[in-house]
Amino acid sequence: MSTTTHDTHAARSAGGGTPEPAAPGTSRRAFLAILGRDLWVTIRREPGGFLAQALLQPIFFLFVFGRVLPEIGQAQGSYGDLLLPGVMALTAITVALQNVALPLVIEFSFTKEIEDRLLAPLPAWAVGVEKIVHAAMRGVFSAFVLLPVAAVVLPGGLSLGGANWPALVAVVVGGAVAGGCLGLVLGTAVPANRINVVFAVVLTPLLFTGATFYPWSSLDELRWFQVLTLVNPLTYVSEGARAAIGTGEHMATWAIPAGILGSVALFGTIGLLGFRRRAID
Amino acid sequence: MSTATSADRHGPPPPVAADAIVVEGLRKRYSGARDEAVKGIDFRVRQGEIFGLLGPNGAGKTTTIGVITTRVRPTGGRVLVDGLDVTTEQVAVKLRLAVVPQRPNLDRSLSALENLTFHAAYFGFSRRARRARALELLEQVGLQGREDDRVDQYSGGMAQRLIIARALIHRPQILILDEPTTGLDPQSRLFLWDTMRDLRERGTTLILTTHDMVEADGLCDRIAIVDHGEVIALDTPRGLRGVLPAEEGVEVVVTAATSAGRRADAGSGAGEDGPGPVEAPARRAEGASDDADPAAPIRALAGVERADVVADAEGRTTIRAYGAVDVAELVAALRGAGLELVELRQLEGSLEDVFVHLTGREMR
Repeated sequence: MSTTTHDTHAARSAGGGTPEPAAPGTSRRAFLAILGRDLWVTIRREPGGFLAQALLQPIFFLFVFGRVLPEIGQAQGSYGDLLLPGVMALTAITVALQNVALPLVIEFSFTKEIEDRLLAPLPAWAVGVEKIVHAAMRGVFSAFVLLPVAAVVLPGGLSLGGANWPALVAVVVGGAVAGGCLGLVLGTAVPANRINVVFAVVLTPLLFTGATFYPWSSLDELRWFQVLTLVNPLTYVSEGARAAIGTGEHMATWAIPAGILGSVALFGTIGLLGFRRRAID
Repeated sequence: MSTATSADRHGPPPPVAADAIVVEGLRKRYSGARDEAVKGIDFRVRQGEIFGLLGPNGAGKTTTIGVITTRVRPTGGRVLVDGLDVTTEQVAVKLRLAVVPQRPNLDRSLSALENLTFHAAYFGFSRRARRARALELLEQVGLQGREDDRVDQYSGGMAQRLIIARALIHRPQILILDEPTTGLDPQSRLFLWDTMRDLRERGTTLILTTHDMVEADGLCDRIAIVDHGEVIALDTPRGLRGVLPAEEGVEVVVTAATSAGRRADAGSGAGEDGPGPVEAPARRAEGASDDADPAAPIRALAGVERADVVADAEGRTTIRAYGAVDVAELVAALRGAGLELVELRQLEGSLEDVFVHLTGREMR
């Protein structure tokens, strides 16, 4: 043990000394380790639960609206092409939202598990960012798993010939991050005993005002509703996915990244402020 | 030893400041609260000591611990951990600390071993180093063979031992224990006390908050008593006991020798010889004095300023005699009075007496 470190230590303790700041990379390593822990739990501990929670609802949307309705003559056969980008967007946002908000509420209120991560050598806000990143990864994965599902479920299969893949990935990633930010807002602002009520109150309008089941431009006839839907980040993600896959009309192209980035900035700021308030008194 | 040194690379750097923790004029008012939770606390914790933080509920202990661990932002004053300001050097401060919390906060999605290895990963330990160290610590805390169990299957004592292992895995300079023995069985408590003494031997600084006065008395090198957000006393346990007025004297527990037959075990335990023959004088002595006052023969001794019966239950009477008491004379006088000595101790005042003396009897 008589290494130079310890000799220096002894010399310094005698006369006092300058404490070392944290080595560069300390916070980055801690961040990646916490992310590694979350991914480990997702993959090794709860893959079935995660997939069921993430995919059951979108699969039913695709099946009922994209296949059953056309087959019984209640919708056009091509409706599935319009529906798929909307459901991908919806999945990316809601999966990310729920995977931040629910665990956060539980960890802050009941299990206190988050304390161990808040005491890890990284800034407290970075723990909140990690929550968003991990949940967004889950959201992006779930959204893209819908592509092979849609190939089987939809009557016309998949037609992605005209898809702009980088744009689609960017839109889905942006949407999942926005959903994670919104989840951070809910998870830090809502008391544990009300989270189920708030979920119902937030998720249902989010689901039905996000241009998931129809293109935004088709709401021209219903102007007030069309304007209202602009508040919903899902609107931009649905329209963005539609634009990237190349099915039908979509809103002005510039509005899509503006809407997504604006949502991330707004909800990200509120969410991280809320996280800091919960993490540090 | 070479492996330990290479693992050290991952842990915090060795301490450099003379004081492990410096708290100066610390103030905290929580948002929305009318009163300050902490109203100007000062203390220093030396490197390598066990420092106790005692106080009634709501006195400001948890807030003070919260500021040290970067979880509470102070509204005034400053706190240094190994010379680093907790508000500006959070990452470096957290690297040096470990906390054993009041309530278990283990990661319930993980096994016991994973709880340790992931925690070590947060602190930058390499994959190999963290696994080796985790297995070593699991063995130290007696959890070998249970490493792959999910922690929600653990009993309270096992969970506590795992939390201690988790706190130690990144080799902290400073270990903070927030009421760690609350709800533990005696075995787990003894284990924890041994562990704490052992850590002190190896140079770790420990801060302990507790309501258990015996624990604080036996473990702590120095103790700060906190009440209403202020430090009202800070000294060694012995120094604190000196706070009590009129503390010189002895306390004896006696039984009337008439019941000696039934209580033979108690009599022999106290080292008395031949309890039988003193039965007759006992009656005489009681009759001669105030009939029911067993303190009377003690009061008659030279040097005794005052003697009071402080407790009387199940045939045992506890008497406190204040002043310069000659113990040999006292024993003789008791025997002469037909009283059987069960217990005798020097009155120093327990830490609990000091605590109640300083903070009052009022419930919080």
